[in-house]
Amino acid sequence: MSPLILRGLCKSYGGNLVVDGLDLELEPGRCHGLLGPNGAGKTTTLRLALGLIGTDAGSVDLLGYPMPAEAALARRKVGVVPQIDSLDPDFTVRENLQTYGRYFGMKGHEIEARIPYLLEFSGLAGKADAPINNLSGGMKRRLTLARALVNDPDLIFLDEPTTGLDPQARHLIWQGLRRLIGQGKTLLLTTHFMDEAERLCDVISVLDQGRVIVRGSPRELISEHIEPHVVEIYGEGLNEWKACASSYCRRCEQAGETLFCYTEAPDRVVAELAAMPGLRYLHRPANLEDVFLKLTGRDLRD
Amino acid sequence: MIDLNWYPVWRRNFLVWKKLAIPSLLGNLADPMLYMLGLGYGLGGLLQAVDGVPYLNFLAAGTLAYSVMNSATFETLYSAFSRMHVQKTWEAILNTPLTLKDVLLGELFWATSKSLLSAVAIMLVIWALGLYDNFAMTLALLPVAVLTGFCFAGMGLAINAVSPNYDFFLYYFTLAITPMILLGGVFYPPSALPAWLAGIAAWLPLTHAINLARPLVLGHLPTDILLHGLALLAYGLAGFAAALVLTKRRLLK
Repeated sequence: MSPLILRGLCKSYGGNLVVDGLDLELEPGRCHGLLGPNGAGKTTTLRLALGLIGTDAGSVDLLGYPMPAEAALARRKVGVVPQIDSLDPDFTVRENLQTYGRYFGMKGHEIEARIPYLLEFSGLAGKADAPINNLSGGMKRRLTLARALVNDPDLIFLDEPTTGLDPQARHLIWQGLRRLIGQGKTLLLTTHFMDEAERLCDVISVLDQGRVIVRGSPRELISEHIEPHVVEIYGEGLNEWKACASSYCRRCEQAGETLFCYTEAPDRVVAELAAMPGLRYLHRPANLEDVFLKLTGRDLRD
Repeated sequence: MIDLNWYPVWRRNFLVWKKLAIPSLLGNLADPMLYMLGLGYGLGGLLQAVDGVPYLNFLAAGTLAYSVMNSATFETLYSAFSRMHVQKTWEAILNTPLTLKDVLLGELFWATSKSLLSAVAIMLVIWALGLYDNFAMTLALLPVAVLTGFCFAGMGLAINAVSPNYDFFLYYFTLAITPMILLGGVFYPPSALPAWLAGIAAWLPLTHAINLARPLVLGHLPTDILLHGLALLAYGLAGFAAALVLTKRRLLK
């Protein structure tokens, strides 16, 4: 059974269609990525899926329950890591977990039995009695993740779980998420970090203007939607070079002072560039970010 | 409608309060106590009996109602606003099986509980200084405090729901709370006011609360108990109903 099925979902604000006929079905036990530029409808989709807001049209089925009618029942087995930190600053690490568990109707002893695992999971075993304000940003994030697991959820929503973290802290969060996937949990993750999505997600849905425009594994998306190689070129004489580049470069995109050459035959491009001492270049395999930019454009959406 | 889902929210607030109970109690009580004792002895020394009793005795019930009002109002404005807007505590709770109704009920009952605590503290002073006439009758101040706390908690949550920031609360204090303190009969009987002003004052929730509390302190049964009780209930329910709609519009849109 799919833990989350969204069908023909629509939601508009003041005549502005934010979610526009969105379809999404999660496979159990997989990590699903929801990518899209700002304003694509990611957060609204999560809120609709959780039954926090009602739909204008379409249906939401969360763990077998119709939303938002049965939201309270469905959310018993759902964990949420919100984008904005919402830990209780007046409580210690342990008290945060205890208090949150009670919101799920858990008994004191049930929560107590779970706390050692949650502390170990979040690497906060030595910090159980530390006040929240003594924790680093990464620790707070890990605690937020642990808090979302207090009710042993089947499905976990993560809204930009690593935004604002340093690389060490991000890697720790990723380890935790991989562990959850290994346990058979289903994850739905929004992120702006393409490397994060590429590393963690089995299936990625790219959202734009309120609907899913493509869906597939990171590898599929890269092989289906973009040339395998990218040469990024910048420096003196770029414009002259660009004029004749089309003969050996399938597709070129200029962003500011940098030219992105997408090609199947990078050797030819690199050989040609060797004759242009004023130009500097970086040759790399195409990645998810290239796909994302191709599909959603390079324009700012704010 | 009747369930205990709100209890974990109430308990969360209680546990936070417990950590700072002593300074919080002192903060809650110092202000009304100073008013009551300072004005009661200071101003009372210059006055003949008011309504046939020493001024301090007269002031006691007003102070109690005023303190209950303040408790509920501060809790549902500043403290609830911090939880809702700054700490995002409510949003975190809304991701669990609890609903906005549960959150607001928890806050409503918590603010009412704090009001009751304020009332008890003032009652201790009333008992200690012998400012009452009939001890058994002063016990009826407890339900009056609950009703009054409920009333101002409901109204405060409605104001909280529409507030963009802390500064906004000043309007509520200036336009609602301060007029009530000055016209509601805390410091003098409303009969001292010109008829038109007394007419307005009669509609204020604090006036209803004092009309119940003062006779109980002075040892006689209040008149129009049902009217005053229902008025407090109605103000509180109207405020809470508005808070439900307005907070939903604010957080769940």
